[in-house]
Amino acid sequence: MAIHQHRIGDLLWRRFVILLPYSWLLLFFLVPFAIVFKISFSDPIVAQPPFTALFDHSQNLLNRFQGSLNNYLFLLEDNLYWISYLRSIRVAGISTLLCLLLGYPVAYYIAQSPPTRRNLLLMLIILPFWTSFLLRVYAWMGILSTNGILNSALLWMGLIEEPLQMLYTDFAVYIGIVYTYLPFMILPLYANLERLDLEIHDAAADLGGKPLQVFWDITLPVSVPGIIAGSLLVFIPAMGEFVIPALLGGLDSLMIGRTLYDEFFVNRDWPLASAVATILLLILILPMMLFQRTQVSSTESNP
Amino acid sequence: MRKPPAALFSIACFGFAFLYIPIFLLIAYSFNDSRLISIWGGFSTRWYTELFQNDQIIDAALLSFQIAAISATFATIFGTLAGLALTRLGNYPGRLFFTGMIAAPLVMPEVITGLSLLLFFISLQELIGWPGSRGATTITIAHITFSMAYVAVIIQSRMQSLDRSLEEAAMDLGGRPFQVFLDVTLPIISPAMLSGWLLAFTISLDDLVIASFTSGAGSNTLPMVIFSKVKLGVTPDINALATLIILVVAIGVAVASLIMFRQNKALSQQKV
Repeated sequence: MAIHQHRIGDLLWRRFVILLPYSWLLLFFLVPFAIVFKISFSDPIVAQPPFTALFDHSQNLLNRFQGSLNNYLFLLEDNLYWISYLRSIRVAGISTLLCLLLGYPVAYYIAQSPPTRRNLLLMLIILPFWTSFLLRVYAWMGILSTNGILNSALLWMGLIEEPLQMLYTDFAVYIGIVYTYLPFMILPLYANLERLDLEIHDAAADLGGKPLQVFWDITLPVSVPGIIAGSLLVFIPAMGEFVIPALLGGLDSLMIGRTLYDEFFVNRDWPLASAVATILLLILILPMMLFQRTQVSSTESNP
Repeated sequence: MRKPPAALFSIACFGFAFLYIPIFLLIAYSFNDSRLISIWGGFSTRWYTELFQNDQIIDAALLSFQIAAISATFATIFGTLAGLALTRLGNYPGRLFFTGMIAAPLVMPEVITGLSLLLFFISLQELIGWPGSRGATTITIAHITFSMAYVAVIIQSRMQSLDRSLEEAAMDLGGRPFQVFLDVTLPIISPAMLSGWLLAFTISLDDLVIASFTSGAGSNTLPMVIFSKVKLGVTPDINALATLIILVVAIGVAVASLIMFRQNKALSQQKV
């Protein structure tokens, strides 16, 4: 009897551990996406809520479905949205590349440092991540503005004759994204490079390998999983970034996150905003699945 | 140990300088008496005085702290259970799907998460009449949902690096899974839970986009107030606020890492 009770208790505990987080995510993460998808087929009206119902139950069965592809057709016709999506892909892509170019040497340097110093250096990489993202983006406004710190310094050094327009340009957006997402690139790269056996390195060098060749043949292949994970961690959120283009970008530097935000809060066209979000999700689904795979494989390889 | 090449060292230095110089400049200029950033008007703490007289900022900060504390606590509970479900329960139906769904909020663009949660709350209100109005409660639910993913990842990596023999020994001695979790696993992962809580707390405190979508009229969190102020340009009292936040975070992280360092040291000594 006692054993039987134990078994029930164990089973209940197991169910509890799985079902509580599972059902929370189903309810507050997955169901909301289904609703966005549903509303993207509605039409906007001036009412509360400001969109038409997808199913009109007063109609007969055939005409009950009231949804339309109007929002998607509108997105196709209006250049504004195309430009926003393409610019977002370009800005996120170039920023990811810049993060990789700067992050790789930093991660490599940390991995090569003596073990005692590694933790301190890693700590220094993680620390900015803990301080406010919004305020770190804001810090660049003071540096890049026309009468800001950088312009004052350049003028004082005599390098420029008059202040440069840096704030509210794409240049500022790139700096903002690289600055805030750099730790996301460095950490997965470091995790890979740390495992690299430096003795193999030395052996290759002893056998006459040139440093660049050793790097190309040995180091780089080992760090490919880190490069993929880091690039995805930068590219995906940068694609939908709102705060950085809103604070540092110019009026013409449209990115899709900002377009969606304005469509929702300024134009109050919720169905169109839902369609914009659905297409953004479709663009990102491939990189996201790739990221999931890296997560899953790291779980499975190390259970 | 070979010396790293000079080029590598200089790029690394540049990387660290790039990460830290803006933060230090922000702190330095919070003590600038001049309203203009280009002019150094002498040392002054007037912006701090102005900050503490700004009721809008104080109210927003209190609301943000309240939301952050509650959502971090729930996120830690759910995230720990999720981490446990990912590492200790073997196989069960939908496990792969579960793994994917836990990691998804980490990379989901905030505008999508925010929009979908708002439309969800509105549909729910149509359906069952709850939530009647949006505000602290809806923001808290939204924050729990996306910060529990971070906690789950921290707990998961801690569990993976954990020596299982202790838990297995406890099981062999007849401990029930719940008892073993309480007596053996929980004490070992508590530092990871603490850092998960702190991370969830800072993420919540920092969030602008999701809070803007899920809040209603009248409930403005601190990032919402900051954003509306800095959208128009640099404002010195925000520099002062930033300095205070950076200071609090730096102290918090230092204390947390000291606790973790001590615990790790104690653990490694036990092993020897």
